[in-house]
Amino acid sequence: MDLIGIQIIQVLSGIATLALMGAGLAVIFGMMRVINFAHGEFMMLGGYVVIVCTEQFGINLWIAMLIIAPIFVGLVGLVFERILIRFLYGRMIDTLIATWGLSLFLIGVVTWIFGNVTRGVQTPLGAYSFGDYSEKVYTLVMIAFTVVIYLAIFIVLRRTKLGLIARGTMQNPNQASCLGVSPPRVYMVTFAVGAALTGLAGAILAPLNTVIPTIGVSYVAQAFITVITGGAAAFTGTVLASGVFGTVRQVISFEWTPILGQVFLLITAVILLRIFPTGITGRFFRRST
Amino acid sequence: MRSITRRKFLATSAASAAAITAAGFMGNVRIAHADDEIVIASLFDQSGGLDVYGTPMTMCTTLAVEEINAAGGLLGKKIRLISYDPQSNMELYAQYAQEAALKEKVAVVQGAITSASREVIRPILGENKTMLWYSVIYEGGVCDMNNVVSGATPLQMGDPVVEYGMKNYGKKVYYIGADYNAPQIIGDWGKKYVTEHGGEWLAKNLFPLDVTEFGPEISKIQAAKPDFLYTCLVGGAHISFYRQWAAAGMLKKIPMVSFTFGVGNEHKSLKPEECDGIVSAQPYFQELETPANIAFVKRFQDRFGGPDKAPYLNSVGSGSYIGTWFWAEAVKKAGTIEREAVLKALASGMSWEGPSGKLTVDPASMHCIQDVHLAKVEGGSWKVFQTINQLRPDDVKDRCDLTKNPATAEQFTPQL
Repeated sequence: MDLIGIQIIQVLSGIATLALMGAGLAVIFGMMRVINFAHGEFMMLGGYVVIVCTEQFGINLWIAMLIIAPIFVGLVGLVFERILIRFLYGRMIDTLIATWGLSLFLIGVVTWIFGNVTRGVQTPLGAYSFGDYSEKVYTLVMIAFTVVIYLAIFIVLRRTKLGLIARGTMQNPNQASCLGVSPPRVYMVTFAVGAALTGLAGAILAPLNTVIPTIGVSYVAQAFITVITGGAAAFTGTVLASGVFGTVRQVISFEWTPILGQVFLLITAVILLRIFPTGITGRFFRRST
Repeated sequence: MRSITRRKFLATSAASAAAITAAGFMGNVRIAHADDEIVIASLFDQSGGLDVYGTPMTMCTTLAVEEINAAGGLLGKKIRLISYDPQSNMELYAQYAQEAALKEKVAVVQGAITSASREVIRPILGENKTMLWYSVIYEGGVCDMNNVVSGATPLQMGDPVVEYGMKNYGKKVYYIGADYNAPQIIGDWGKKYVTEHGGEWLAKNLFPLDVTEFGPEISKIQAAKPDFLYTCLVGGAHISFYRQWAAAGMLKKIPMVSFTFGVGNEHKSLKPEECDGIVSAQPYFQELETPANIAFVKRFQDRFGGPDKAPYLNSVGSGSYIGTWFWAEAVKKAGTIEREAVLKALASGMSWEGPSGKLTVDPASMHCIQDVHLAKVEGGSWKVFQTINQLRPDDVKDRCDLTKNPATAEQFTPQL
């Protein structure tokens, strides 16, 4: 009984981790079709913001994580949207090369400032007991944050005018322009929001992991696989894909080995994309966000 | 939206791949040999993912060379060190090893960090009759006359720490490590020791180097209820394991011994509350309180920017200092830099005493008999509590005897 309970928590935590990693990419790649290879580095920046704020300036961990990290990384995203990305909309392969360069640049800058040294913040809130098992409280907090973040995204996109404008512009910039919307500005803001969500994810995951300039590579592939498998309706798709992958990986990791967990995650992705070449939401929930 | 053809995608990606490869081939303009110098090479990654290990190793080699030169040089000549940077890239290892052997005709290569890179350069240097000195702790079993090893082996580091665990914590052992040859083989040595000493080997689980999520594994370890955990995790991403282990409240519940903890300065990255109590056995700790080591640490820190800026020294970093000095002493004994003569001098059972204590070459394996220290993390630093003197590197004694079969050049693994 305890074992089943703890496994359910692990599965939820696996799903939440993937969904969190995918949120920002669902905006930047899913909605805007920019292949952002610097996604992992935006997450890495979020982690560094938490470390610098808490260690150098003594700022409260939660404020650093939930407020300062997304704002900072959002601004970084805004700057690079202006000087780099905005010239490349609609040129998907070129965005891949450009953001790859951006990723190397960010790794270089952070290594130059902080050194290639592993840093980290201790996981807050301690542990709780679940029958025979002991687990960290922070896992539950992370799951809760993920749920709140996705609820917020759905509400903004489906229920506000801002969300309507963003979705409309992504679907048909010319038509949106005719209706008095300025597509470049909408693109700029949307990219910054995507970057902010990515920074937030990196910050929330920082107390669970370590932060090192090259940590991005641990995140980027998983985020892409999740969002691509999700398909056209980026957010619903990312949630569905996270659900499938998180469950497969955690259960297999638990029953057999973590390597098989990774292998089965990829096999599942291949099978899903074979059945649904345009992603899960290419077939189901097509009208969702 | 502009469409992407397959051809265009291939062209663009091929072009960028070519650009990246080309970047690797640049550099290394050097002056020709002068007659009054002896040239040696070091091959340690000073950039890329492994630079945390390679940078202190290059510094230690540099310090050793400077000290030898300041003390009058070697055979009346100065040593010139060529520090190659293979950038954590196996192709560059192969390329630089060839360059060192054929173009620079170096007297010795102090080189390789991971076992993978060692296995790339070992055959190249063997064919080109250039001596390789490997000074990193590793999975053991290399049996090659041309490859002198001063790094410690599983018999010297793994067995003592597992023995400590079985004596103090209990007989049920659970092993986790990184997923490549060294942790794989070290795990097999551990299993051999545990089963031969009446213990129970519960599991050996390996993780790819980029894994950061250890939640399921931590629950799994709790379900298996081991008496202690034996780890051989490697690299920055894997430090997450220790953090998540402590956060789940496990640090005080299931004790941990480790082969690798501390080698990547894990105890400096984590908070003391996240790693206090972990036990490891290593041939060297910066905290060793011997006069030789205190003096060595001071010289190192003075040379590289003071105690705050100089990197922390562990058994990997300090290894190349020991390797360089030991080789130089062997040259003095042989009276020449000729490879055969130097190897013969070493194989005579030569000893040298450095910051980690006394090392003696075992002619059968060309590995070193050396001291190993058991230490526990306390307040984020190592507290050495026991020293085991002069442990023999007899891991594959049953199959490796270079005094009888000097032509052997292979790596043996444990027979389970």
